[in-house]
Amino acid sequence: MPIVLPDDPTAIAKVPSTENKTGGWRTFRPVIHYEKCIRCYICWKFCPDAAIHFAKPEAHESPKEALAKFDTVEINYDFCKGCGICANECPVKAIELVLEENFRGDE
Amino acid sequence: MMKMILTGNESAAWGARLSRPKVVAAYPITPQTSIIETIASFIANGEMDARYIRVESEHSAMAACIAAQNTGVRTYTATSAHGLALMHEVLMWASGARLPIVMSVVNRAMAPPWSVWTDQLDTMAERDSGWIQVYTQNNQEVLDSIIMSYKIAEKHHILLPTMVIEDAFILSHTSEGVDVPDQSEVDEFLGEYDPAFKLDPDEPAGFGSLIMPEGPYMEFRYKMALAMEDAKKEIASVVKEYNERFNRNYEPFIEEYRTEDADAIMFVLGTIGSTAKDVVDEMRKEGHNVGVARLRYFRPFPMEELRKMAKKTNMIGVVDRSYSFGPGADLFAETKSVLYNHTDIPIKGYVMGLGGRDITPKILKKVYMDMLKTAESEYVENEVEWVGLHGDERWSE
Repeated sequence: MPIVLPDDPTAIAKVPSTENKTGGWRTFRPVIHYEKCIRCYICWKFCPDAAIHFAKPEAHESPKEALAKFDTVEINYDFCKGCGICANECPVKAIELVLEENFRGDE
Repeated sequence: MMKMILTGNESAAWGARLSRPKVVAAYPITPQTSIIETIASFIANGEMDARYIRVESEHSAMAACIAAQNTGVRTYTATSAHGLALMHEVLMWASGARLPIVMSVVNRAMAPPWSVWTDQLDTMAERDSGWIQVYTQNNQEVLDSIIMSYKIAEKHHILLPTMVIEDAFILSHTSEGVDVPDQSEVDEFLGEYDPAFKLDPDEPAGFGSLIMPEGPYMEFRYKMALAMEDAKKEIASVVKEYNERFNRNYEPFIEEYRTEDADAIMFVLGTIGSTAKDVVDEMRKEGHNVGVARLRYFRPFPMEELRKMAKKTNMIGVVDRSYSFGPGADLFAETKSVLYNHTDIPIKGYVMGLGGRDITPKILKKVYMDMLKTAESEYVENEVEWVGLHGDERWSE
């Protein structure tokens, strides 16, 4: 196999930085348990990387799933670095830190 | 073409002026100051069509050049010693961003104690910054090297910034007759700057943003390594073209003087080369077969040329005007590493002239005698020797 080199001489991103995904260095993934979530939004406020945003129910989700998410937040794993601040701040311990390697192969 | 009496720094300013940079951002530091003073007056008098950016530090000077060059224009700056050290972080940015900036560096000792005189530690400390480094020997070479450096650096398969290096005071503040080429000839030689990429509001792009370990960081560094290798071919062809067009006789990498059949060759950088030539003539008259070789490009390092040269002689003595707290001296360590496995002749390093202490013909002659003795004994007692320390009778004049 020949060596594959980028065409550009240096990193030139012709896409917005939202396309440059930087979540790859997580060791733990924060997972929200919506049944415990009290919608206080403290995690949303504390996330240092603005990787937590208000949830939008997806078309494929069942009404039950959509309802569970109603008025709450979601974590954008493309940018979440796994710092765990959200889990630490959550007053009802609704955010669990799960070892990232448990998800390997999911994406 | 016009003959002028110029100092090394005025020659640098003329080299820059003739290359038509659109932006010059610089901060004054002895012994570089008269370069940017001269350029400031060129611009103020309307003789140079460039924007001069006054900045608060050398770090900002290089940052301004990087930003300006990224918009697709040629830039120039100059510095010395502590100024270069302050630029260190952004030097890496310039080379990694593949911006062919050309900068003059007037070699000066690092303090303390405070010293403004010549010493090569400042540029040696930047040898791994990804910049091409060319060391010059006279004011003519200062001027010519700046023009040639733009041509080499701007090639789309090179795109590496370049330091054109001159010795403090010995060149920077000493006047010599310099042949200043006509603007039209330089324009024809250099051509318009054709950037490989640039900031363009119609085609927005981010430069140098974060990439993850799986991203092509390593591949970009490898491309820089390939470009540095390719630069050797480009240097050889640009120097040849320049010699023909402007009637010069530069060697691209190693300028050898009376090295055929030499029992010992002194390997040097910068102005020490001219002093050593005189010493060689004198010693040859006395029946000692010695020669001198002056390295022009420390980066890229001409490995093949050095290996070829080593075949001509029985001993190489390397003179360093800087010291490395490890292998001893920078050019010495490089020379030894390049020749390892290729020759078994003795190689010895001589550290001298630090902080601008004079390297006189007398002391060089003593070094040559020590080199000849080493060549005969085929054994190097002290691999790196400090020459001319106070009270050391071995080297006292």
